Amino acid sequence: MFSSKTTEQVKLETRPSISGSTKFYNNPIYRGWIYQSLLMVFLIGFFYTIISNTLDNMSAQGIKSGFSFLGTSAGFDVLMSLLPFETTDSYLKIFTIGILNTVLVSIVGIILATILGFIFGIAYFSHNYLIRKISIIYVEVFRNIPVILQVIFWYTVFNLLPIARESINIGDAIYLNVTGLYIPKLVDESGSGFVYSALIVAIIGVYLLKRWAKKRQEQTGEQFPILRTSVALLIGIPLLALLFSGVPFHFDYPSLDRFNFKGGTTIIPEFIALAFALSIYTGAFIAEAVRAGIQSVPKGQTEAARSVGLKESKIMSLIIVPQSMRVITPMLNSEYQSLVKNTTIATAIGYPELFTVFAGSALNQVGQAVEIMFMTLVIYFAINMVISFVMNRFNKRAEITSR
Amino acid sequence: MKIKNLVMTVAAAGLIFSAQSSVAGDTLASIKKKDSVTCGVSTGLAGFSQKDEKGAWSGLDVDVCRSVAAAVLGDATKVQFKPLTAKERFLALQSGEVDILSRNTTWTHTRDTSLGLNFAGVIYYDGAGFMVSKKLGVKSATELDGANACIQAGTSTELAIADYFRENSMKYKAITFDTSDQTRAGFESGRCDFLVSDQSQLYSLRIGLKDPSSAVVLPEVISKEPLGPVVRQNDDQWFNIVKWVVNASIEGEFQGVTSANATDLKANGKPGQKRLLGSEGDLGEKLGLSADWAYQVIKQVGNYSESFERNVGQDSPLKISRGLNAQWNKGGILYSPAMR
Repeated sequence: MFSSKTTEQVKLETRPSISGSTKFYNNPIYRGWIYQSLLMVFLIGFFYTIISNTLDNMSAQGIKSGFSFLGTSAGFDVLMSLLPFETTDSYLKIFTIGILNTVLVSIVGIILATILGFIFGIAYFSHNYLIRKISIIYVEVFRNIPVILQVIFWYTVFNLLPIARESINIGDAIYLNVTGLYIPKLVDESGSGFVYSALIVAIIGVYLLKRWAKKRQEQTGEQFPILRTSVALLIGIPLLALLFSGVPFHFDYPSLDRFNFKGGTTIIPEFIALAFALSIYTGAFIAEAVRAGIQSVPKGQTEAARSVGLKESKIMSLIIVPQSMRVITPMLNSEYQSLVKNTTIATAIGYPELFTVFAGSALNQVGQAVEIMFMTLVIYFAINMVISFVMNRFNKRAEITSR
Repeated sequence: MKIKNLVMTVAAAGLIFSAQSSVAGDTLASIKKKDSVTCGVSTGLAGFSQKDEKGAWSGLDVDVCRSVAAAVLGDATKVQFKPLTAKERFLALQSGEVDILSRNTTWTHTRDTSLGLNFAGVIYYDGAGFMVSKKLGVKSATELDGANACIQAGTSTELAIADYFRENSMKYKAITFDTSDQTRAGFESGRCDFLVSDQSQLYSLRIGLKDPSSAVVLPEVISKEPLGPVVRQNDDQWFNIVKWVVNASIEGEFQGVTSANATDLKANGKPGQKRLLGSEGDLGEKLGLSADWAYQVIKQVGNYSESFERNVGQDSPLKISRGLNAQWNKGGILYSPAMR
């Protein structure tokens, strides 16, 4: 890659006689190095001052410092945990649980926001008046209301649901009440591995089929009903395995105990409210990004596609959306990152994500603000770097290939 | 939320950038210079620190701030109140944003030893307890296995309840909220089956319910929660002042000095009363204050009994009886060290 060298550097290398005759500080390479090292020294000095000053101040005030607290027992309960958790577990465990809860709500939020965004972004171009207007109203309403209000709004809506003993009952399997949504849990029995492997076989099969169909179309022009066959494969093979192995699963249904439901899977209202609010809010921005992306594709592309006889639905999915991705992707990147950062609003409703549970409860019990805040911000930084990395890779693929 | 984050950021920045001297510095001198005491209180808790419609603060915790202002500046109104959530309070004190933290804060070993803070005494002996909805028909906390608990985040109650349920091999789910208003709202909506908090707070939260008779406070008291004012470590003079202002108010009640008779007793009282009120001896001077420091406290704010009855006792809607918080010779454990 020659883009890593600047034109100046290239010039220098090709014309050594000129640079040799001047003073070293006039040499752009040396000068660059000098500036860079000065900046480096300044930065190191700056951070050294901050860190040592903080530590001095803390020890002068008698505030404990260091990370030894991570090993001690936390002694308080966390509302929702993806890992088994006891109140005697350490602060490090609390930290991990916080990260996992943040990641979970971020992933759910990103998926839902993307689906919403694409549906409403494309709906903007619908020929149907009503659908077009709904898309505009959605974007304008949810984009213009502060996200914290939306979070509290959905949470308040949840709080209006009946209490546990008067739950909304859907077929004696799903229950909804103010303490959450209770759904049956799938429990594996022996032999379930067979069904899972059948599912994996089906997925591999679909992938191979898709490759084969694409190749065939490129060579012969013949199309293959790929969607229908894939669905049939994905459902059919695991279903056959399921019947063959005698259904090695059962459902664990939630049932009402003295206070609450036991068994099944519980989805707490704090999670639902947060995921709802974040995806609807971010979805509105993504819809705008999608609209901008589609509008950036020249009209000539649609006309050309029509003239080769593509169906309207195919024009969208094969011609317009792929080309618009290069405009949409960079915007998606920042929307995803804001969604992750906005999860910290959970502290308003008590969803136990990193900021609430670690930089909130744990910080208060331990009191070591500097260490805990530092750890917390490193995690948000890291999550967003991962998103950035993935989206940049994706962007590279979507970019115009020009020579 | 924005403002809250700002408070945290400013406080953290204070820790990072301030030079040593300004944080650990001379609190008394800086208070005299700005002519007011900055006091961290709660965001609103009936009886302890609450704001009325006119914006005036009152409560047991607020009276501590007023007493300190009376002793130091001779004027109980020279206080600036800063409402803080449980999560913000210690950082605000550490960073020097407030001079005293008087916010129904439990004196614990960890807080006293690892936060760079000192507890200057106890103004209310409390203990964590439970409030449940009457409809559940629960008579004792031991019947709460599997229930959801509403708790205020960052409190010592959060730890006390975990211990209690573990001791009794019961399970619970903690639903935490930032302020006591949110905690009460969560309890009212049915999000949790019971609310756990200091007993004194339970009574004031119950009064705030739409239907106070729909909830009952269970008899169990599961922890020690001695509440008192907190100051920064490494400023012994300021620590002494706050400690002895608290004691002066308790001693005032013990000696029978009230806001009504203080002026009279200052001139004509018994030796002990005169020493307390500053017409004899040099107690004020030893603290770096004027001779009539305790006189100003009792004259302007009242003794402990007056403050208690006015804010949480029989003259208040809470109607809490003195219990543990009575003088040691009247069945309580309130005891001021000797004023001499």
